[in-house]
Amino acid sequence: MNDLSSVAGIDIGSRSIELVVFEGESLIRQVKAPTTFDPLAQCEKLMDGMSVKQIVATGYGRKLFADSFRDLKVTAITEIQAYALGARYLFPEARTVLDIGGQDTKVILLAPHGKVAKFEMNDRCAAGTGKFLEFMATALQIPLDEFGEFALRSDKRIQINSMCTVFAESEATSLMARGERPENIAMGLHLAIIQRTVAMLRRVGMEAPLVFAGGVAHNPCARKVLEEHLNASVIVPAEPDMVGAIGAALHGMGKGWGLKPTILHPAASN
Amino acid sequence: MSTTYDAMWEQLNLDLDAHAGLLQVLGKFYGDIYLSQSGRLQGMEYLDFVISEVHGLRIRELQEAKAAGRKIVGTFCVFVPEEIVLAADAIQVGLCAGAEAGKEAAEKVLPRNTCALIKSFVGFKLSRLCPYIESCDLVVGETTCDGKKKAYEIFADYTPVYVMEIPQMKQACDRDLWRAEMLRFKDKIEEVTEKTITPAKLQEAIRLVNSRRRVLQRLNQLRAAHPVPISGRDVLLANQISFYDDPVRFTDSIGKLCDELEQRVGAGQGVVPEETPRLMLSGCPMAIPNWKLPYVIESSGAVVVGEESCVGTRNTRDLVEENGATMDALIEALVDRYMRIDCACFTPNKERLDHIVEMARDLRVKGVIHYGLSFCQPYAIESFKVERALKAAGIPMLSIETDYGMEDVEQLKTRVEAFVEMVR
Repeated sequence: MNDLSSVAGIDIGSRSIELVVFEGESLIRQVKAPTTFDPLAQCEKLMDGMSVKQIVATGYGRKLFADSFRDLKVTAITEIQAYALGARYLFPEARTVLDIGGQDTKVILLAPHGKVAKFEMNDRCAAGTGKFLEFMATALQIPLDEFGEFALRSDKRIQINSMCTVFAESEATSLMARGERPENIAMGLHLAIIQRTVAMLRRVGMEAPLVFAGGVAHNPCARKVLEEHLNASVIVPAEPDMVGAIGAALHGMGKGWGLKPTILHPAASN
Repeated sequence: MSTTYDAMWEQLNLDLDAHAGLLQVLGKFYGDIYLSQSGRLQGMEYLDFVISEVHGLRIRELQEAKAAGRKIVGTFCVFVPEEIVLAADAIQVGLCAGAEAGKEAAEKVLPRNTCALIKSFVGFKLSRLCPYIESCDLVVGETTCDGKKKAYEIFADYTPVYVMEIPQMKQACDRDLWRAEMLRFKDKIEEVTEKTITPAKLQEAIRLVNSRRRVLQRLNQLRAAHPVPISGRDVLLANQISFYDDPVRFTDSIGKLCDELEQRVGAGQGVVPEETPRLMLSGCPMAIPNWKLPYVIESSGAVVVGEESCVGTRNTRDLVEENGATMDALIEALVDRYMRIDCACFTPNKERLDHIVEMARDLRVKGVIHYGLSFCQPYAIESFKVERALKAAGIPMLSIETDYGMEDVEQLKTRVEAFVEMVR
């Protein structure tokens, strides 16, 4: 790929890196890699010698990326802006965006015309984020991508009170010691994170429709429990973790607010 | 910093190694946050110099004053009436409470979930890191919040402490309480200094402190120009230094800074591009060297044009009526002025909400960042009301809760940058 009319968006998160490339109005490439301990090497692997007109970086590693790839035209925007742009592009009717990522949970309220009106992020620790679920899946010895399905096989709902990852693990361990089914514990853990998320949604004054993005949106139990708590259906993009990278690229394309809603659903281009 | 002060620090019983480490960190921190700025005013050299001698020359001055029979009174709160201290020919200094250097020591005698400011002053004392605390003949505490109130009981085990009772409401009986406290404080200061406070001396002190407030008001007025002629960090520093430098020298030096600023404003020169979003800080005090949040804000493409804070307009907005002829009249004037402080320890505290909205409008800011220290309940709870009041005025607000640690800087940057993107 060597097209200088193309614009890339890269979202360097704490757990994964997503890269998308737009050529004109078409999304021509979307790839993903784990962040690892060497995010820059991973970025390079994803970019794989490609050259683009410009790259917009977002996510935790945006500054590192912008500082390291000085020969490219790189700009950086926050995840808040990127998710807002991406979600609004994919779903022009969206009014609230929820992103549960590896170590951050973000809730973004959009004004009717699409601009960010208010946002909330979780505090400095990873309580109530993807990392929490990952840690707990490991504790219950369930592969992360099966954890949601596993929790959906629960037959009762138990309350896990600790939101701190470390305390919640102790709580889960004592439940196991009492003979509680691991599926029920898994459900309890999902409930804990969603309850916390719903409180954040209420704080920003959530408006429907809600777009649920970020890696945790892949998890069917998280989606189900969220819809139950909101008593409304939520929109999950086909590739929920690509939303930030798409928003970053759109920023680079000069696509501000109020985009034409005609264009590609990323799933269609896959 | 030179070691010419080693003997003095040793005499003050500081932990010399740890103290040298602290000064080194402070120097680097100051270099990164302050000296790296471009387009600074010449007048900032005074503040740079004061900071470079923060534990040196100023402490020597205090020691010399002590040798000449003057007393040193340390405080932590804008409620303590400096006028009374100065009227007894004593020196008042605001004590170090803006760094986490003594945190480990503090957590031995205080719960971990105590606010950073309290942990800081207790920690400085226990780790023997603060030459100001060690120079004090008396430390004056106050009952603004439960955390401080109880911490002074513990602090009193290590140093002479006197506590003023701050009213929590603004009714007639609260005013009576505050007048009684003011008089009790006057007696205490007279006892410690062995001097009698005369009406003439008190009036002179009131004029002196007013002149310092006036010069800071002037600074605040000039910095509000468009384009913004001075960084928010530099103005915060001036406010911070006002708490411990000699009041006459400070007023004079900031006056010169203001003259220079006036020229810059007249020439329409800004320290940042014209389109830079103007933001206001509101909330908890930022004691030296707590520059974390202002630095994050001003590195995120915004500029701070006001501090609604005890280290800011809460300390400088109101003057004391100067013309009372008798002791009673002067004390009454002090009571009046200090009862106007709109600290979150009061209930109700509607004045603060009004002041914030008024200030945000006057300063034409794009948004307000509310700063709360973790575990500071009064400000944390009040931030919800502040947000509502600002929302009604059409001004967005971001609420930040943090402490003196550096581990959340990246998260703070993301939030602040996102807020700046939002309000731009």
